[in-house]
Amino acid sequence: MSALAIRIDALGKEFPFGQVRDAYPTLRSALGAGARRLLRRDRRPRERRFWALKDVSFEVCPGEVVGIIGNNGAGKSTLLKILSRITAPTTGQVEVHGRLGSLLEVGTGFHPELTGRENVYLNGAILGMRKAEIDRKFDEIVAFSEVERFLDMPVKHYSSGMQVRLAFAVAAHLEPEILIVDEVLAVGDAAFQRKCLGKMQTVSREGRTVLFVSHNLGAVRALCDRGIVLQHGIVTVDEPVAKAVAAYLATLEDASAYDVGDRTDRHGKGDVRITRIEVTSDDDAPGTLTTGRPARFRFHMSGVLPGMSCAFDVFDPLGQQITYFNSSLSEIAGSAPGHAFVCDIDELLLVPGRYRIDAALTCNGELQDRLEGAVFVDVDHGLVRGWPVPTFTQYGSVVLPHRWTTPA
Amino acid sequence: MIVRSQEIGLREPADERALPTTAITVIRPASGWVRLGLRDLWEYRELLFFFVWRDMKVRYKQTLLGASWAILQPFFTMVIFSVFFGRLAGMPSDGVPYPVFSFAALVPWTFFATGLAQASGSVVLHQSLIKKVYFPRLTIPIASVLAGAVDFLIAFTVLIGLMLFYGLTPTSNVVWVPLLLALALVTALGAALWLSALNVRYRDVQYLVPFLAQMWLFVTPVAYPSSLVPEPWHTVYGLNPMAGVVEGFRWALLGTTTAPGSMVLVSSIAAIALFVGGAYFFRRMESSFADTV
Repeated sequence: MSALAIRIDALGKEFPFGQVRDAYPTLRSALGAGARRLLRRDRRPRERRFWALKDVSFEVCPGEVVGIIGNNGAGKSTLLKILSRITAPTTGQVEVHGRLGSLLEVGTGFHPELTGRENVYLNGAILGMRKAEIDRKFDEIVAFSEVERFLDMPVKHYSSGMQVRLAFAVAAHLEPEILIVDEVLAVGDAAFQRKCLGKMQTVSREGRTVLFVSHNLGAVRALCDRGIVLQHGIVTVDEPVAKAVAAYLATLEDASAYDVGDRTDRHGKGDVRITRIEVTSDDDAPGTLTTGRPARFRFHMSGVLPGMSCAFDVFDPLGQQITYFNSSLSEIAGSAPGHAFVCDIDELLLVPGRYRIDAALTCNGELQDRLEGAVFVDVDHGLVRGWPVPTFTQYGSVVLPHRWTTPA
Repeated sequence: MIVRSQEIGLREPADERALPTTAITVIRPASGWVRLGLRDLWEYRELLFFFVWRDMKVRYKQTLLGASWAILQPFFTMVIFSVFFGRLAGMPSDGVPYPVFSFAALVPWTFFATGLAQASGSVVLHQSLIKKVYFPRLTIPIASVLAGAVDFLIAFTVLIGLMLFYGLTPTSNVVWVPLLLALALVTALGAALWLSALNVRYRDVQYLVPFLAQMWLFVTPVAYPSSLVPEPWHTVYGLNPMAGVVEGFRWALLGTTTAPGSMVLVSSIAAIALFVGGAYFFRRMESSFADTV
């Protein structure tokens, strides 16, 4: 085996800026514009473009398990798409040594009218397997998928869980030298996600190369040796995984100013925006919350629109989402909005640690503004029902009020 | 452009093996001049087979009438043509009964028109696949055209039956039919390669295709004999490859005209030019499929 699995050299990918997804250009308008340019000798309007990836270079050795970390839009998916030859780079070059398979295409190519058996062959061929190879692995694939009894039934009659299991079974038996896993794109329930992770662990123990993209920093830290942080298309960190995750968390915290009106890393239409977020405890001391005490989140906005609602997500220190608050699912839904949304929590049942808040404004179902890492809040030690609560560990971040007894 | 490098340890894989595992894949930006990637296409020949197999299977599974569509469509067109062009308009038919005359043309024409329509929309139809998995994109339109072969065989059998009904037997030139069918296939694929790639970027191309097929039918001697076109122009008429196909079919089966050799030759050259141009155009556009589809 050669000493390299992947060599990425000065890779770049440029996209037209703000690609409009729902309005495809028409041949008629293109011809019309061409004719107008010809008649008036207009210059072709310069398209605004941006680099989704810029000057990305790194090498991966065989057997390495590399986690790729970054915000949405940092270029992770683009990188994986170039590696799996779905899209071509604009600059640079990639060498991939050996067969590359990815778990991001699980289930694509299934035809609902065909039976499970037929779809195994079709999907295997799409992923790059030869018929003889599928013949050889067929029984194994079917056993893994646990859908033996329905094998000769069209997959349109399968539950979505069964479809995912069958599709995953095919993908998992591709046996590539290099495996790419994009958890963000992987569909399926928690059990399936666990199966994905389990397969990754097996694969990496077998000495194969794995590239893993995930928002689940806990999983990245547990599975990977090395972490690469992508920010705005550039590799900013390439370190052992613990250091890389820590560096990534630090960059998020840098962006957690409470006055968020100037932030540019936003999503949404932008007619109204969140300008300021205040997080206070019952004594109105900003910044610090205490386990078991009340907490108040106040979101200030740039304006008021009818039908507006506010929502926020809470993530634990490993980046796993814990819970979600939405004003449109509350008693104020439908009432006329004021200039701020206030969410009061009577008893904060989070263990001590640092939590990330993603906040969003929606207007009649249309996203107006969304900020990832809008605020980072520290939760201090406190009591729940009179008992102290330990600091955050990998064992969980939520305290449920409870009682222990030892009946005779 | 994506090149499967040949320098290092690329062995011809034994049949039960996977794709060559020691191969190095080099991924580079799309450059001005593209290769057809025929080697890659060959590596994925089984996928091509599976696509064809799927399209045929689904076509016959989904529709109630199944295989009968392959017969009904050209057959009823023949009936309409026979009534209006053959009987009412008194269209000449090179001395054979008009129904046989038109059906001999409609069978290859239907294969062509169906293939063109299916393949032109095929890339957009497979967009979810294109956005998630790599495989040679050329397999998609090729499979769409090939999937019509079974329909053709069924319709062809009916054609032979119709000839026997009218007391006609195919001439020995029937051995040329496979080559003429290949010519129809290359023509359909050639046009579809242009249209399917254009359709990814410009979605109004899908409205253009039925119109184009209709115009193409009018300029092809399906309802009328090409002998209506006088000689210096008759050979030039072959620039429409389907004119060569249709005349070739009539000649091979019914012995209507003298061997339309020069016309078929012109048609073949035109079809190959359309096909090669289309293949390069498709490959050129291909690198941006996943970004624009």
